[in-house]
Amino acid sequence: MPSLKDLRNRIASVKATQKITKAMQMVAAAKLRRAQEAAEAARPYSERMGAVLANITQAIGGGGDAPALMTGTGKDDVHLLVVCTAERGLCGGFNSQIARFARDHIRKLLADGKQVKIICVGKKGFDILRRDYGALIIERVDLREVKTLGFVNADAIAKKVIHLFNEGGFDICTLFYSQFKSVISQIPTAQQIIPAGAPSAAAEVKDGGSAVYEYEPEPGEILSDLIPRNISVQVFRALLENAAGEMGAKMSAMDNATRNAGDMINKLSITYNRQRQAQITKELIEIISGAEAL
Amino acid sequence: MPEAFKFELVSPERLLVSEQVETVVIPGAEGEMTVMAHHAPVMTTIKPGVVTLRTAQGKEERYVVFGGFADIVPAGCTLLAESAVAVGDIDRADLARRIQEAREDAADAKDDQTRSKAEQFLNQLTTLEGALLPA
Repeated sequence: MPSLKDLRNRIASVKATQKITKAMQMVAAAKLRRAQEAAEAARPYSERMGAVLANITQAIGGGGDAPALMTGTGKDDVHLLVVCTAERGLCGGFNSQIARFARDHIRKLLADGKQVKIICVGKKGFDILRRDYGALIIERVDLREVKTLGFVNADAIAKKVIHLFNEGGFDICTLFYSQFKSVISQIPTAQQIIPAGAPSAAAEVKDGGSAVYEYEPEPGEILSDLIPRNISVQVFRALLENAAGEMGAKMSAMDNATRNAGDMINKLSITYNRQRQAQITKELIEIISGAEAL
Repeated sequence: MPEAFKFELVSPERLLVSEQVETVVIPGAEGEMTVMAHHAPVMTTIKPGVVTLRTAQGKEERYVVFGGFADIVPAGCTLLAESAVAVGDIDRADLARRIQEAREDAADAKDDQTRSKAEQFLNQLTTLEGALLPA
């Protein structure tokens, strides 16, 4: 049985922890709102990009001059996985969820006899994947210093990927990130970005979609300019979704922690009070029995 | 008075402009072009330069864009810029950094094609800087 002093110390320390988790929760909530705003602000661009891309592919009609980034190399031997995770922990199962999802994918690819290369974005994913597939990781991108995610960060990653593709480093590139559904639910998602494939026909029936466009310069040239940009946009979107998801996960994890600390404080206080009462009773009995003995 | 049409300037980070305008001057890859209402559908890439727009209220606004493309339909015009800032907010240091990077790219280019492309880009950037300096 712990002494009264031990219990008192214990309660004080749990209270301190609770204060920290409470503060972290509030910080996460504020950051979440900012991340969500950023994700929303980026949406118009990627939507328009999708529409334009659909339009232009339609104009080219899948002809022979579509760039390789779109059609792929025609093989699927070497896979590149870009795994995006958070830089920091303390956000529940957020990182391990993505890592597990990627790991399942890697295992399947390896079982099929494919070659796998990994680019880790974010420290936590690297830490987890390094244990099993350290040899497969060819690059890790550190975003620790980045305060607010900008398009330049995504662009740098996309450029690396495209550069690797042009050197024939891989055939298929898949992006792993966590789709932000709500504060309590983030869905790990795999998205193939190279080859891009033809965008779905649904996007092209918007206003003016059927108009006959004039192109300046040639459609093929625009397309070869557009596709790398589209890849950057996809990466950017994934990073933003991830940032929002991380903050959401952190918020609910810290909320849980705060609540747990509260429960713990309650239990400890009851034990403390009970023990204090027991001691008082004991002392009284001693005094009374001492007085009776006289 | 010319008829107004819808113009949108979008960068990956956010939607910068979405309003009714009378004319827009776009630095197209093959020369500047002025877009007015009921323009024939055109899609063009843009080079680094200044986009000038005259709003329906007759106000003139200028934005610096660094590459991207424009989607013009009779009903409106959408400009997807790789990055865009209002001329008043342009950061000299940022521009200088971009020029420096372009210079390095041009120096590092392996074959003639990429080199000429990089040099072209560098030229466009320096012209842009020249155009902005007195502003």
